[in-house]
Amino acid sequence: MPLGRLGALLLLAPTLLLMLLIFVGPIGWFLSAALGELGSLSEIWEEAVATLGSRTILAAILNTNWIAFLVTLVVLALGYPLAYALTRAKGLAFTAILVCILLPYFTSVIVRTYAWMVLLGRNGLINQALLGLGVIQQPLELMYNRTGVIIGMTYVLLPYMILTLYSAMKAVDPRLLQAAEGMGASPFEVFRKVFFPLTLHGVVAGALIVFILGVGFFITPALMGGPGDIMIAMLIEREIELTQNWPVAALMTLVLLAVTLSLYAVYHRFSAERPGLAA
Amino acid sequence: MSGLVIRTALVRALVTVFCVGLLAPIVIVVIASFSGDGYLKFPPSSFSLHWYDRFLGDARWRNALLNSLWIAAMTCVIATVLGFLAAYAMVRAGFKGKGALTAFLLAPLIVPHVVTAIAVYFLSAPWGLIGVKPWIALTHAVVALPVVLVILQSALQAVDPNLERAAMICGCTRFGVFRRVVVPLALPGAISAALFSFLTSFDELMISLFLAGVRSETLPVRIWNSLLLEVEPTIAAVSTVLIAVTVVALLADWGVRRLRGARLAG
Amino acid sequence: MPRDSGPATTPAILLEGLTKRYGAETVVADVNLDIAPGEFLTLLGPSGSGKTTTLSMLAGFVLPDAGRVVLAGRDVSKAPPRARGLGMVFQNYAIFPHLDVFENVAFPLRVQRKPQKEVETRVWDALQMVKLTGFEKRYARQLSGGQQQRVALARAIVAHPPVVLMDEPLGALDKNLRYHMQVEIKEIQRRLGTTMVYVTHDQEEALTMSDRIAIMNHGRIAQLGPPREVYEKPENAFVARFLGEANLLAAKPAAGGAVTAKGAPLEAGSGALGAEGGFLFVRPEKVTLSAGAAPAGPNRLSGTIRHASFLGNVVRYAVELGEPEPLLVDAANAAGAAIFGPGETVTASWDAGDCRLLAG
Repeated sequence: MPLGRLGALLLLAPTLLLMLLIFVGPIGWFLSAALGELGSLSEIWEEAVATLGSRTILAAILNTNWIAFLVTLVVLALGYPLAYALTRAKGLAFTAILVCILLPYFTSVIVRTYAWMVLLGRNGLINQALLGLGVIQQPLELMYNRTGVIIGMTYVLLPYMILTLYSAMKAVDPRLLQAAEGMGASPFEVFRKVFFPLTLHGVVAGALIVFILGVGFFITPALMGGPGDIMIAMLIEREIELTQNWPVAALMTLVLLAVTLSLYAVYHRFSAERPGLAA
Repeated sequence: MSGLVIRTALVRALVTVFCVGLLAPIVIVVIASFSGDGYLKFPPSSFSLHWYDRFLGDARWRNALLNSLWIAAMTCVIATVLGFLAAYAMVRAGFKGKGALTAFLLAPLIVPHVVTAIAVYFLSAPWGLIGVKPWIALTHAVVALPVVLVILQSALQAVDPNLERAAMICGCTRFGVFRRVVVPLALPGAISAALFSFLTSFDELMISLFLAGVRSETLPVRIWNSLLLEVEPTIAAVSTVLIAVTVVALLADWGVRRLRGARLAG
Repeated sequence: MPRDSGPATTPAILLEGLTKRYGAETVVADVNLDIAPGEFLTLLGPSGSGKTTTLSMLAGFVLPDAGRVVLAGRDVSKAPPRARGLGMVFQNYAIFPHLDVFENVAFPLRVQRKPQKEVETRVWDALQMVKLTGFEKRYARQLSGGQQQRVALARAIVAHPPVVLMDEPLGALDKNLRYHMQVEIKEIQRRLGTTMVYVTHDQEEALTMSDRIAIMNHGRIAQLGPPREVYEKPENAFVARFLGEANLLAAKPAAGGAVTAKGAPLEAGSGALGAEGGFLFVRPEKVTLSAGAAPAGPNRLSGTIRHASFLGNVVRYAVELGEPEPLLVDAANAAGAAIFGPGETVTASWDAGDCRLLAG
């Protein structure tokens, strides 16, 4: 029974109101009010150029994108074979792999980060084990640096990649692979010429999602990173917590929003053409 | 032939290593939380519940747990009810711009939580809304809504529109159709949605960090605050509680799905 | 056979100028129908002919852009489905999967908040009528297609609605079961005196069950009448072709009557050609074949057998007459009937009363 336009609007109204009141409204209000403190548009522009041109902030922007990019690569490299294993697994093996992906996926980010801090710390389990085995003489610096950030973020973002890739791989008709084999292609050729091209859209979608989420990361780099791993989200928080510098925070928010939303637009167009990937 | 065997074994080993790597950190935290040692050591030399004693014996931690539960419960109700109505509209109504609306409704998942948190904080501070639990729950609901919508849209899509027509012919009003047909049929989906929205709020840190204040400190916020000081084992106990809640929610969801599968299977 | 049909009775259903447009497309165009109480009326047509949309407007799922729906003298054009007091059987049965058979059938009574006692007797009666007692506690997934069909039927009649709508209710059943259900639906309808509006694209079903058939095409009623009349006296080429096999010989007017494209004389008991000519309509089973060529006369054409196919009780011949299209002839496979082989010369003939002229 189709709903009328009015009925649909009525049912959507509470949700839209909530989104307006607690999402769009505050973001818009924050940006306009905080930037408005700077005065006219040209003054905002001057401040923007000065702020975003400053060493710390420029470094943070570059850092953020570079870290997100590295994490995307690592996540892709780890996620592709795991997603493939999940696609091929049956019965108990399938359930086991799925549990290994879903349990971390739905565990709090702070808990997941903490778990890695326990493992990677100077007196963490990995160092204890390596020292105990005599592999190393000095504890390795695995945390409070770039390595820690990459490991922690990879762990948090890996499930997103696997699940996106899995839905793309599941959609590949196994008969196509059999056909390619039947025509004499080697397993590697089947993978390179048939399977990989058919799952490429999943790779792009997964990479976009991971990058988008990675760019906005805060918790993991804040806890596991060193002084050289300041990301934009951390800088924004710092401006507000320490100096209450709203205009600068707003400018950086604007940058962060611009990056994520434009990539989201790409992702949305991309997944709209291939239904089943949305969300 | 033997090459194939070796390759299969290799792939199996690789997958096993990956899976262990995914699960190990969580398992280790859980095991460490039962340690009887005075500091974090693995494997523990003895087992005890004293870190749980520390956790539950501390009024601040206890309060944090209660705050988290209370806020998550409110979030769950708000997000599930609003999401149900919205998902129904999205599934049944034919209007232009549905794709754009979907993208908009899913945006809170994409926009970095730090942005949402700061913006709502900017608005809340002057109005004295910091630490107000229903307000935190409403904000968590915004973040939980995308998940709820995705789950409920797929649940509602599975409800045959002819069933609704049949109910109307049988004399039902719009509301009657909703109560007697739509809600019962989408109930497993609604339960899933409720579980995941609860979990979203229970685990959320970024927004709580800005909005909770001292009054409504949640478990993740409390963990964050103590992590900044030191990696103490009490956190392992608290983390285990959070993990347990996740496991329970996932098991409940699995049970509900099985039930639905058994009930609707042909 | 409408029961109380007479000029004095109020029609059970009156459709006046019913029209529905979706964008630029008119799916139902000016449909007028007058259905007597107790009548079995079938809306028959190919998919996209507007029959389902017409039914939806009758049920209240779709509101008409123009025209009226009047039920027993009450204008319900704008009323929601619940206020129309109808019963309906859906194409896929639409049985509530979360309710058992009893509660499915009881559903309309529950909505009306009838006392439990009454619900029980009525549900029992309805299940008895559709011959499905003993399955009350089962769910739809535990029933066969035929049983689900019976549940849907019981739910549609349990509240004794004066009008029951059916949207291709037998489409999913196999041929045997279909026939069985046709008979039972007819039987129930006769017993309850219900007015039925039945939508189908199956012409045989329509011919078997209906008191009257409304054949729809492009959103309009192409012809309305009892099964025999629409079958034997189609008013246009569409109806002739849609209902069973039909020969439509291209014909043009000639002095004193009509001739085929080649000029052979034709004589028809009814109908008329258009100014531009038209067709002579004759059913394959009304044509007789005899061996050898015969002197031409009205409705007597010689030709050769091009093709013969054995259909069991009937042998279907395609006879080459030299006209634009071959003539189809169905000969009963009766005792002693002559069998012709391809290439044989034959004469095809038919009575003027069995054919009809149609405008192009």
